[in-house]
Amino acid sequence: MEKLLQVEKLETQFTKDKQKIKILHGVNFHIHQGEVLGLVGESGSGKSITSLSIMKLFKGTSGEINSGRILFNGDEDLINKSETEMRKIRGKQIAMIFQEPMTSLNPVMKIGEQLLEPIRLHLGLEEKKAKEHAVSILKKVGIPRAEEIMNEFPHQLSGGMRQRIMIAMAISCNPQLLIADEPSTALDVTIQAQILDLMKQLQQKEKMSVLLITHDLGVVAEMCERVVVMYAGRVVEEADVFDLFESPKHPYTKGLIASVPKLGQKKEKLDSIKGNVPNPSELPKGCKFAPRCNDVMPICYEQEPPELNLENARSCSCWLYKEERGGIRV
Amino acid sequence: MELSKAVNSSTTIKKEKKYSPLRELLKNWKKQKNALWASLFILLLITVAIIGPFIAPYDPYKPDYNAMLQGPGIDHIAGTDEYGRDIFSRLLFGARISLTVSFLSVFLGAIGGTILGLLSGYFGGWLDRLIMRSSDVMFAFPDILLAIAIVAILGPGLTNVVIAVSIFSIPSFARLVRSSTLEAKETVFVEAAKSMGASHFRIMFQHILPETLGSLIVFISMRIGTAILAASSLSFLGLGASPETPDWGAMLSLGRDYLGTSTHVVMMPGIAIFLTVLAFNIVGDGLRDVLDPKTKNE
Repeated sequence: MEKLLQVEKLETQFTKDKQKIKILHGVNFHIHQGEVLGLVGESGSGKSITSLSIMKLFKGTSGEINSGRILFNGDEDLINKSETEMRKIRGKQIAMIFQEPMTSLNPVMKIGEQLLEPIRLHLGLEEKKAKEHAVSILKKVGIPRAEEIMNEFPHQLSGGMRQRIMIAMAISCNPQLLIADEPSTALDVTIQAQILDLMKQLQQKEKMSVLLITHDLGVVAEMCERVVVMYAGRVVEEADVFDLFESPKHPYTKGLIASVPKLGQKKEKLDSIKGNVPNPSELPKGCKFAPRCNDVMPICYEQEPPELNLENARSCSCWLYKEERGGIRV
Repeated sequence: MELSKAVNSSTTIKKEKKYSPLRELLKNWKKQKNALWASLFILLLITVAIIGPFIAPYDPYKPDYNAMLQGPGIDHIAGTDEYGRDIFSRLLFGARISLTVSFLSVFLGAIGGTILGLLSGYFGGWLDRLIMRSSDVMFAFPDILLAIAIVAILGPGLTNVVIAVSIFSIPSFARLVRSSTLEAKETVFVEAAKSMGASHFRIMFQHILPETLGSLIVFISMRIGTAILAASSLSFLGLGASPETPDWGAMLSLGRDYLGTSTHVVMMPGIAIFLTVLAFNIVGDGLRDVLDPKTKNE
């Protein structure tokens, strides 16, 4: 399969009180054409910053991309694109869905107006055609009485409906890549399932690639083909979804999977990973996960582990899998 | 599909009156007794400004030396001035001048201030600092002093009064719009619009400007009162309308020599100015209560 998006050694930093704080430390991953890739990690591990870096949506914040490459569609490096060029890509080739459907629609604009915005901008259809297209997209995402909804305001709709509208806006220009930043987190469980089903369906029908950002491993298991696990601004493990749940390699991944409560399990207290994600301005030396790790070794406090390629096209950054350092190869 | 059917049927049963923001605004407006009366008064003023010249009983410019400085009576409802001109007719003509000058200057100021405020709040950085520090400099002068300075440079006349008043309105509008812009640009829907590829221009005017409209409308109505007062003051000082023009401020200025003997010459335009400014301020207060969600449920 061909690679649609390839992120190489991406480093992003923010400036606070004249102090530069690196948030992403060389993030590497790729998405194939028509693939759903899950990006998981705790809050603060850099998932959302990764997606904003791909879209280059830093205007108004101190965020900037330091170095690295974001190759889209083969050889187009998004990092070298100007703001005007990026604007043509946003919404047309790469679209995004946000976490809060309640606030991601403009409360004072009619649904139709907002939906027509990207269609007019990117597809250049004449008014009547654009409206027809908008209505057909609304029907595609399962919105009843689509024509009427076009003339309604966001507050007249429920959260699930609004998220459908957001999805409709995102897919209205047939993007090649859809970035979904926790698309179901703010919804209740039944609606969550509906929205995820809808996304899966659309993804298969339109042959889109999806970058699904989430901290919900249940969502990952259901939706994704491959998973990238992030911790403290780094990719710590990358694997096929079955391999990952079957035999997680990195102690962090193991901890994440263990902390999901299982049906029929009788326990007073749920498993959790001790401690918190470190503050990006005071990262520990060596492996960033070492202070919280159950399998920690002396070398972990000294040197950062390199990215190791393991069998089945998976990779993991952990000293446990480096033979010559005294780790056990599994 | 089941779900969509259910939704469909429930909406057809509940065919309620369709929600309209304007209807809700009018409903709340009726609860504001004072503001309702004030807005009716303003409506009356606007009507007078339009049809005044047709219903005026006398020519406002024509002197009548047989009827100088007459008190209010049957022939002249509001009396006559030192040249025997009918004050009531002059007030009717003056309404047009006062309203035109104040509306025009406030709208020009609002447009200028809004654009500067949007730019300043949206882009931030050196542009923000430049715009805000310049308006701080303007704020340092008392309004009327600034207006006098501008008219002194441009020369007297009503057009220059409009320019002066709009220039000193700009910083207040810029500051107001900037603060709402700072709030609005952090919202998720602005980020969502950016992720759809919307341009800066589009985001500023399509997404952020409507967010600032509420406070903008309130401020405009308040500001019109101030503008009338400023324009009248300038005319009173001889910097605005020329003395023969039936401008309220100019009438005040002419009448002040007769303050001791014929009080009505000053009283009549004074009352007109007072009532108009009061009405606009009350309407502004009322609008704030209706439009500001924070005070809605009190």
